Amino acid sequence: MHFIDRATFDELKQISGEGFINELIDTFLDDAPRLFDELKSALAAGDADSFRRAAHSLKSNAATFGAGQLAELAKGLEGIGRESRLGETGDRLNVLNEALASVCDELRGLKS
Amino acid sequence: MNAPREPGRMLIVDDNRVNRLLLTHALEQNGHRVSTAENGKIAMEMLRGKSYDVILLDIDMPVMNGFEVLEALLSDNELRDLPVVMTSASDELDRVVKCIEMGAEDYLVKPLNPILLRARVNASLEKKRLRDQQRKLFRTFATPEVAEQLLREGFSLGGKYVTASVMFADIRSFTSLSEKQEPTETIELLNNYFALMFDAITGNHGMVNQMEGDGMMAIFGAPVIEEHHCNHAARAALEMIDLLNAFNEQRAVQGKGQIKIGIGIATGRVIAGYTGTQHRATYTCVGDTVNIAARIEKYTKTAGRSVLIDRATHSSLSADFKTEDLGEVMFAGKEHAINIFAVSA
Repeated sequence: MHFIDRATFDELKQISGEGFINELIDTFLDDAPRLFDELKSALAAGDADSFRRAAHSLKSNAATFGAGQLAELAKGLEGIGRESRLGETGDRLNVLNEALASVCDELRGLKS
Repeated sequence: MNAPREPGRMLIVDDNRVNRLLLTHALEQNGHRVSTAENGKIAMEMLRGKSYDVILLDIDMPVMNGFEVLEALLSDNELRDLPVVMTSASDELDRVVKCIEMGAEDYLVKPLNPILLRARVNASLEKKRLRDQQRKLFRTFATPEVAEQLLREGFSLGGKYVTASVMFADIRSFTSLSEKQEPTETIELLNNYFALMFDAITGNHGMVNQMEGDGMMAIFGAPVIEEHHCNHAARAALEMIDLLNAFNEQRAVQGKGQIKIGIGIATGRVIAGYTGTQHRATYTCVGDTVNIAARIEKYTKTAGRSVLIDRATHSSLSADFKTEDLGEVMFAGKEHAINIFAVSA
């Protein structure tokens, strides 16, 4: 199963060029765990604004690479943060983490 | 990709590293010079230290967000005209609308479409260049205050009727004077003369909008509307005569010929607006009042007076001006006689 929409990715690759797409993927892989950690610590601290912002960045990055499912999950968390409903997060962070891991794996494979 | 005619200096403000990288890459591909800031506060510091042509601004950022940056830009005289292109996610268009209402130039949706990016950045760049030219133009022809007000309020007067005082000023018998001296000397004389006259006009809230040979036209009460344009025009005229007297004393010491000028002022409705092209624009006034002011200025020779005004100007003058009613004068081609008054210090 593809976690990344190939049409979106190919378009990004076409815009970026071979060398630059690798740099862009590396930046995503570099930032993703940091953003996930920010989500976790914001949830623990009850900091809805930081939670929203980290989810927003993840959503934006996922959308850039065509990772639609991940973007949707992040968007859900962004809404939870915006409406200060952190108590309703449930196991959504775990679901997101799994999706994120799959996307990262696929992106590593897409590096040329 | 096609490079723009001239590269621009771009500032990308985004807390997201992937977005910054992607935007930087795309803009550099288009030939622009790119700087980046990861939040609004850093961006404002950069903007105060160096000049940029277009800002690409994210909304959601820590420390200082896009709204706060827009507000700071709009309240800053130097930065107010800088085109700002908002970059936002497709699900936050309501916030983009707010930014456009606040004064942002345009917006782009992330993930970015490179063709839209190029088109919108180049359009903003073109606007920035036009504004820079206008600013330069305004500063040449008007006081800094007038220039700033014009830039702030835009060209809303374009093609409107306004009531204003129009002044024409000419050096009398300049031709015979210029034939007796070297060309370089004539140009130097004109430059010195215009510098003095500009000071008197802009110092009294007027704007010189035409210069031709040794003559010039100035307007009071437009483009920036102000109530006391008759007084300001008359005051400017008397100051011009004063300055010229001082100039003549200086010339007399140097053994050079004396200059005499005639000034005509008329007040009434004019059609005012900006005309021209992107590369050359000027503030223009047309209408009967302009015509009458020109005729009155010519009439100074016949009347043997330096400063003449029409009845409309006279009726709005404050009591401290000394005036003399010279009666009605019929100008060729005009239906009605014009009541002329001489003003003296």
